[in-house]
Amino acid sequence: MRIDFLYWEECPSHEDALSRLQAALAEEGVRDEIIVTHVATEAQARALAFPGSPTIRLDGRDIQPETATDGAGRLTCRLYLLEDGRPSPLPSREMIARGLRTLAQTTKEVRR
Amino acid sequence: MTLATHESIVSFSLPGTDGKAYSPDSFAGVSALAVIFWCNHCPYVRAWEDRVIALQREYAERGVHFVLINSNDPAKYPEDSFDKMTLRAREKGYPFPYLFDESQTVARGYGATRTPEIFLFDRDRELAYHGAPDDNYDDPAAVAHRYFRDALEAVVAGRTPAPAETPARGCTIKWR
Repeated sequence: MRIDFLYWEECPSHEDALSRLQAALAEEGVRDEIIVTHVATEAQARALAFPGSPTIRLDGRDIQPETATDGAGRLTCRLYLLEDGRPSPLPSREMIARGLRTLAQTTKEVRR
Repeated sequence: MTLATHESIVSFSLPGTDGKAYSPDSFAGVSALAVIFWCNHCPYVRAWEDRVIALQREYAERGVHFVLINSNDPAKYPEDSFDKMTLRAREKGYPFPYLFDESQTVARGYGATRTPEIFLFDRDRELAYHGAPDDNYDDPAAVAHRYFRDALEAVVAGRTPAPAETPARGCTIKWR
């Protein structure tokens, strides 16, 4: 599985988000390496279609595609909608784990 | 340079989303005035928004007023335009004025760098507290230190807040 973690250092939640990603991977028994990318320029943000910091992609799929609104990509902080509807700059561990489980399930179905 | 504790309020005259213009004199006589750098697009603002609204409602009857200022460049962040500010204030029923610092001179005068970033002034309009609303933007139930609330309590009681300064955590102000 390809695990991308993209961040812009001006958004302070990226360290907590990376810790949550690491914890979710450990919890789900995923041992693949995290590819960490620091998005530093507007040009890089556009090239990566970066919707904001932090962003987590599992095999290229965003863990919350419905809030990855800016398809053009730009340097900004990312808003997530938590399970209880609250807005947060930080994805929840459950959100990340759900993304991992969904991907594992899809992969299993494709192999059948 | 950022305004330091005990320094006097920096004046401003800015348009609000309610169609009125505001300056520090608009709040003459109130026991405390919080000038809060704010915007629409920032997820940290969104995460703290309901808590800040609730605090204003709670402390209004004790003579405390908040005023929000958006200094972001709307050319870079269209969600922070004056029209979008007006919509947000209406949608959320903001119980405080929401002002637009189009020239960004007010943010520069305060030395503000983030949204949200609170500058709380006491009755003499000297800076009593500067920083974040509390120590947990992500989860209101997990807040351990209610910096702003504690500072409000101190200022209303005529005491010096402790701490008087915390790091502002949020988005950077988007300069032209």
